[in-house]
Amino acid sequence: MVPIVELKNAVKEYENGPLRVRALRGVDLRIDPGEYAVIMGASGCGKSTLLNLLGCLDHLSEGDYLLGGDNISKLSDDELSEIRSRRIGFIFQSYNLIPQLNILENIEVPLFYQGIPEREARERAIELAERMGLSERLKHKPMELSGGQQQRVAIARSLVTDPILMLADEPTGNLDSKTGHEILELIDDLNAEGKTIVMVTHDDEVAHRAQRVVRVFDGEIVSNEWKGAPKQ
Amino acid sequence: MKSMRPERMVKLAVKNLSQYKLRAGLTMLGIIFGVCSVVAMLSVGEGANREIQEKIQRMGSQNILIKSVKIPQEGSGGGSNFRAIASYGLKYEDAEQMSRFVPNLAASTPMKVLHFDTRFKERRLQTDVIATTPWYLRVQRYRLMRGRFLTNTDMNFGSPVCVIGSRLARILFSGFDPIGQSLIIDKDAYTVVGIVGDIAQGELPSAGELWLDGENQNVYIPLRTYLQKRGDLFIQWNEGGSVLEQIELHELILTVDKQEHVVRAVDAVRRILQKNHSKEDYSIIVPLELIRQARETRRLFNIVLGSIAAISLIVGGIGIMNIMLATVSERTREIGIRRALGARRRDIVLQFLMETLILSISGGVIGLVLGAVIPLAISYFANVRTALTVPAFVVAFTVSVSVSVVFGIYPARRAAMMDPIEALRHE
Ligand SMILES: Nc1ncnc2c1ncn2[C@@H]1O[C@H](COP(=O)(O)OP(=O)(O)OP(=O)(O)O)[C@@H](O)[C@H]1O
Ligand SMILES: [Mg+2]
Repeated sequence: MVPIVELKNAVKEYENGPLRVRALRGVDLRIDPGEYAVIMGASGCGKSTLLNLLGCLDHLSEGDYLLGGDNISKLSDDELSEIRSRRIGFIFQSYNLIPQLNILENIEVPLFYQGIPEREARERAIELAERMGLSERLKHKPMELSGGQQQRVAIARSLVTDPILMLADEPTGNLDSKTGHEILELIDDLNAEGKTIVMVTHDDEVAHRAQRVVRVFDGEIVSNEWKGAPKQ
Repeated sequence: MKSMRPERMVKLAVKNLSQYKLRAGLTMLGIIFGVCSVVAMLSVGEGANREIQEKIQRMGSQNILIKSVKIPQEGSGGGSNFRAIASYGLKYEDAEQMSRFVPNLAASTPMKVLHFDTRFKERRLQTDVIATTPWYLRVQRYRLMRGRFLTNTDMNFGSPVCVIGSRLARILFSGFDPIGQSLIIDKDAYTVVGIVGDIAQGELPSAGELWLDGENQNVYIPLRTYLQKRGDLFIQWNEGGSVLEQIELHELILTVDKQEHVVRAVDAVRRILQKNHSKEDYSIIVPLELIRQARETRRLFNIVLGSIAAISLIVGGIGIMNIMLATVSERTREIGIRRALGARRRDIVLQFLMETLILSISGGVIGLVLGAVIPLAISYFANVRTALTVPAFVVAFTVSVSVSVVFGIYPARRAAMMDPIEALRHE
C-alpha cells in the first residue's frame, strides 16, 4: 500500500537574521490511507510547522516528503499550488472564510482555481453545504453565522475538491465544547468514509477519538501510539 | 492547471470592489477627473487651433497679401477746417511692377474694400463692397452657389453687375430670387448675377465642429466698373468729421504657383514696395509664415497640455496604487486563504490587477462621457470654439488605463509574493 504521507528525516529551519530556529529536527512520519492521526505537544514544539509542511504550504530545509508516493520536496511554487489545490484539504482554528463571499461562494473557492465550470461548482457546493446542515444559510455571509456553522462551511470547502489528505489545525480551538463535539463527530464521519485525516490538538479528549496519537517535543516525534492494532 | 475564465475573474473583481464602494468611488474620481480634463483640454486646444488654421487657410498658403495702411500725417491736426486729401497706400503702379517682376507669379488680384449703403427695394444694409477682378473667387476659395462670378467681359466693358454673399442674399432678398434683381450700391444700380457662399466646400471643417462663425454678406463688383463710376477718391467718415481719402488699392493678393516659391516672391515684393514708397504705408501678410508660426505655437501648446495631462493621469495612477496597497494589506488573510486553497501567485496577481483594471476602465468611461460634455458646455455657455476629436478620446482613455495598470502591478505583485503561512497568520 502506498502511504499518503511519507516524511523522511524532515528538517525545518527558520532564519531570522542571525537567529536560526530549528522547528523540526529530523522527523520521520508515515501515514497510511484511511488513517486518523492526531498530533499533540506543548506550545511551540513544531506542530503547526509540521502540518504546514504536510499541506505543502512550505518547503523542507532538509529531507524528503512523499505525498501519495510522489516526492514533492523540490517542486516549484506553482507546482505546490497545484498540489494544494488537488490533494489537500485545510481546516483552520479560525475558520478562515473569505468575508465578502457568501457561504456557497466560499465553498466554491478551491474549484475556482481548478477551472471547474461555474454550474458544476455550484452543484457540488450546494450538495456539500446541505450535507453539513447549512441549507438555510447558503446566501449568508460568514459573519452572520455562528462559529460552529462557520467551521462547517470550512469543512465543506475542504471537501469540495475531494482531497487525499485532510489537515486540521486545532479545528475546535475556538468553539465551546458542545459545538466542538459536533465538529469532531463530523470529522469522525469523514474518517469512517475513508478520508485520511491529520489533526493538531491540545485536547486529550479530542485525541481519544483518533486511532493514532503522534507526540512532538521540541521539533522531534517522541512517541507514536496506535489504539488497538496499528494499521500497517 | 487550467486558468480561470475571464468573465469569472471580472465577476469576482466586481464583488470585491463592491465591498469598498466609497473607496472605489473615490479612487475612480481621480481617474474620472484625469481623463475628463485631458479630453476637455485637448478639445479646447484643438478648437482654438482649428479656428486659427482656418482663418489662415482662408487666406491661402500660396498667397501674399499686401494691404494699404494709413499712417498718421504730421501737421494735419492743426487746421481743422482745412480739408487735406489723405493719399496713401498701394498704387496701380505697384501692382503693375509686381506682375512684371515678381517671380513665379500665377495671379495678381487687386481689391478696393469699401463700405457702402446697399438697398434692394425698401430694404437697406450697410456692408462691405469689394471691387476686384475675376480671380478673386479662386484666391479666396469662396464657393459659387448660384449664377456666375465676375468675368473678364465684365471688366472689359465695365458692366454694372455684382455678386453677393449668401447672407446678404438671405437678409436683403428674402422672398425674392436675387439673380437678375437690381441692387443699389450708394445710388448706383448693379444687377445681381451670382451668389457666393462662405468658404469652399473642401475647406469646411470636419464633423464634430461645435461652433462656426463668419457668414458672407459682402458685395463683389468689377473693379473697372467702380473706377469708371467713382474713381479713387472717397470720403472717409470718422469721429472728427469727414476726411477725403485717396487710395488706389486697398489690398493686393498675389498668388504664387507653388508654396516653395512664396519666400522668394515675398523678397521681390518687399524690394518693389521699398523702392516705390517713402513711408511704410503698407503691410505684407504671408499666410504661409503664419501657418508655420501657428504650427510652432501649437506644438508648444501641445507640449504644455500634454505635460498637464500626464501629471493628472499620473496622479490618478498614484491614487490607484495607494488604494490597492491599502486593499492588499487589508486583505492579507484572504490572500493566504486563497493560496492555501490552491491559488498560484499569478492567480493572485490577476485578481488584483483585474480590480485595478475595472476601476480604471469604469472611471475612464465616465471620464470620457464628462470629457465630451464639458467642451459642449464650454462652447455653449462661453462661446468658445471646441473640437472633439477621436484621438483625444483614445489617448486619454488608453493612457489612463495603462497608467493605472502599471501602478496596479506593484500592489498586485506584493500580494502574490506574500508567504502563505505568514498571510494566514495575519490578523
Ligand atoms: N516563520 C517563523 N520564523 C521563525 N520561527 C518560527 C516561524 N514559525 C514558527 N517558528 C518557530 O518554530 C517553532 C514551532 O512553531 P509552531 O508554530 O510549529 O509551534 P506549535 O507547536 O504549532 O505551537 P502552538 O501549539 O502554540 O500552535 C516555534 O519555536 C516558533 O517560534
Ligand atoms: Mg500551532
